[in-house]
Amino acid sequence: MNNGWEVFLWLIFPYICLTVFVLGHIWRYRYDKFGWTSRSSQMYESSILRWANPMFHFGILAVFLGHVMGLGIPKTWTDAVGISDGAYHFMAISVGAVAGVFTIVGFIGLLYRRRFTKAVMGATTVMDKIMYLVLGIVIVGGLVNTASGVVGHYNYREGVSVWFRSIFYFNPQPELMVGAPLSFQFHAIAAIALFALWPFTRLVHVFTAPVGYLFRPYVLYRSRDAHEGSRAHRRGWDKVDTIPRRPK
Amino acid sequence: MRVMSQMAMVMNLDKCIGCHTCSVTCKQVWTNRSGAEHVWFNNVETRPGQGYPRTYEDQEKWKGGWTLTKRGRLKLKAGGRLKNLMTIFAAPNMPGIKDYYEPWTYDYDNLTTAPAQKHMPVARPKSLLTGQDTKITWSSNWDDDLAGSTQNTHNDPILKQVGDKIKFEYEQTFMFYLPRICEHCLNPSCVSSCPTGAIYKREEDGIVLVDQDRCRGWRQCVGGCPYKKMYFNHKTGKVEKCTFCYPRIEIGQPTICSETCVGRLRYLGLMLYDADKVLEAASTTDEHGLYEAQRNVFLDPRDPEVIREARLAGIPDDWVEAAQRSPIWALINEFKVALPLHPEYRTMPMVWYIPPLSPVVDAVGETGEDPEHQGNLFAAIDKLRIPIEYLAGLFTAGDTVPVDRVLRKLAAMRSYMRDINMGREPDESIAASVGMTGQQVQDMYRLLAIAKYEERYVIPAAHYEDAHKLENIATECSLDVEGGPGMGGMGGMDDSFGSDPGGGGPDVPGRPEGVRINLLNWNGQGTPTGLFPGTPPATGGTP
Ligand code: SF4
Ligand code: SF4
Repeated sequence: MNNGWEVFLWLIFPYICLTVFVLGHIWRYRYDKFGWTSRSSQMYESSILRWANPMFHFGILAVFLGHVMGLGIPKTWTDAVGISDGAYHFMAISVGAVAGVFTIVGFIGLLYRRRFTKAVMGATTVMDKIMYLVLGIVIVGGLVNTASGVVGHYNYREGVSVWFRSIFYFNPQPELMVGAPLSFQFHAIAAIALFALWPFTRLVHVFTAPVGYLFRPYVLYRSRDAHEGSRAHRRGWDKVDTIPRRPK
Repeated sequence: MRVMSQMAMVMNLDKCIGCHTCSVTCKQVWTNRSGAEHVWFNNVETRPGQGYPRTYEDQEKWKGGWTLTKRGRLKLKAGGRLKNLMTIFAAPNMPGIKDYYEPWTYDYDNLTTAPAQKHMPVARPKSLLTGQDTKITWSSNWDDDLAGSTQNTHNDPILKQVGDKIKFEYEQTFMFYLPRICEHCLNPSCVSSCPTGAIYKREEDGIVLVDQDRCRGWRQCVGGCPYKKMYFNHKTGKVEKCTFCYPRIEIGQPTICSETCVGRLRYLGLMLYDADKVLEAASTTDEHGLYEAQRNVFLDPRDPEVIREARLAGIPDDWVEAAQRSPIWALINEFKVALPLHPEYRTMPMVWYIPPLSPVVDAVGETGEDPEHQGNLFAAIDKLRIPIEYLAGLFTAGDTVPVDRVLRKLAAMRSYMRDINMGREPDESIAASVGMTGQQVQDMYRLLAIAKYEERYVIPAAHYEDAHKLENIATECSLDVEGGPGMGGMGGMDDSFGSDPGGGGPDVPGRPEGVRINLLNWNGQGTPTGLFPGTPPATGGTP
């Protein structure tokens, strides 16, 4: 069937990265809650951030939803409800293009301020730079694919999407990716790599998006006792007053 | 009635000499870290002045605190919940570092490493954000003592309300200091603007804290606090705020700003309040009514019904007793000389101020008249409309009546006590003219002027015995944590170190239950209660 490379790229590599993604988040949440933040640099510079950041984030949220649809919903389902291929593609490409342009313009704005505002550049870590690079590659790759959808004939919903789902069924079909155009392969590999990086970057903030705010009371009370008395303390966060004891 | 207790502070502004000791000691204790350079949990502003961060009181610009909707309901001034979430990617009302100041250091190295040269080497200022040379143009108290007032002070938002009538000429101006910490509000808009729910008010003492493990750096609270006492740490990406020195308060010690205050002008104590009435009071339609409304939320700790309800609410008896002795209660509700800072923000602040009489005294003094004579002072209070309107802009949403009343009381106390100090018969009519008895004036004098340590600070220690009970029934497995068995909180320390023999064994005489000795917290004075078997239990130990 496949040569070793292909099995590695479309089967082993995705599973390694997904494992890192899941375990990495668990590890980070457990041991680095303090580092779990968006690490905003708004304080240093806000005139570009003011438009670029919402643009990027709303753009990428739309892109994410598009991917949920494109990768998650089998073609047979949309066929079943009578959405023709043409209509689906027209919608996917037009909405996708708008979202993609938003994302990339916002992204460029953010990159620009990060590079050319000295304070922001000073607060940029190596991990940030790697993340920006990979994220940039993923975004550009995605845009290229969207653009190629206008002229090209490849129907990713019969290739990439099926392969993507097959990974989660634990019945991987790497051969489906072998036939995909190079640009799709490239985009997929970059995205998978990004997932592996995810837990070690500021991107973790995505998983604590505060939707609960809509439903909670305005003022929160917490008991000193309940909070501090019943919980074992992490190293570095020991209370001053008592010395943690071993279990009896 | 839902009784809750709140640690609160009152500052007597007449005594503040603007020395900034409080700010410095606070910074040493809490925020002398990189990323927190601009973070002053305690700052002291010269008023009139722009404050810190600059013009923070201009809520049309910063949108902090609450406002009333047309239908009279309370709403965050920055907007509703959906708007909060939709603006999360660029917090709309967050001050930039320039609104505080760009932190800097000096190139001290150059002083010792510069090669031999004709001119003295200098230590140039370097920005702590960029590492580059910088020009220092502003800082947390750049306008101290009205420095640069001709250029800056007209930006003072309160002065704008009063109507810009003050000329900044040396003889005509007035000035006082306003030390500020977080208000630990009863209706805190910071808590309400936090999308994550990382900020909370402690049930026991009302101290407002940020859970550093849960804060995600969304920054909405920074704009949400009208007093701008939420600070974004630009290194950690988390928000920090005044903690009311809770580790000190829990063991009955005053906050570090109070402890070190040179003017000894800070008072600390408990207030009991009815949590069910907070929202209603904060929604009072007339801004001028907010001061009274908040006063009515407080509960009289001597009222038997309040005591009963407090007990039902689980407030320990020694706390109720502390609330009865609370200097805060006396200053706010008995002598009625303390006023809230900006009640119009509707957050129900809990750090109150006794407005300064000094602008009045100074004005009288300058005329050559006797500044301790009640008649002169009263006349000056009537005449000095601008300082009084200004004070009202700070403390009573612009209503001059309560400010007037407080200043008259302070003036009366001055004249009344002068007679006593001069060995003359006190003039009861002076006390009566402000609706007090001579005894009340003397009590007030004792609290305000003598201001004994034990009377300024009435802080009941926290009840740890409950915490320990909980510790023993911890549901989480204590094996599965970092710092678990073999690691211990005190890495490598012998098991018996600090362990509590208090429970006693079959043949070990134990200390009374619930008493735990920790010498790390012992202040070195006397014998710690309960150290030896047979001594009575710690006062905090038995409710
Ligand atoms: S003063 Fe303190 S408690 Fe009140 S809103 Fe601001 S940060 Fe919150
Ligand atoms: S230490 Fe006391 S006197 Fe000095 S500035 Fe602070 S509050 Fe005022």
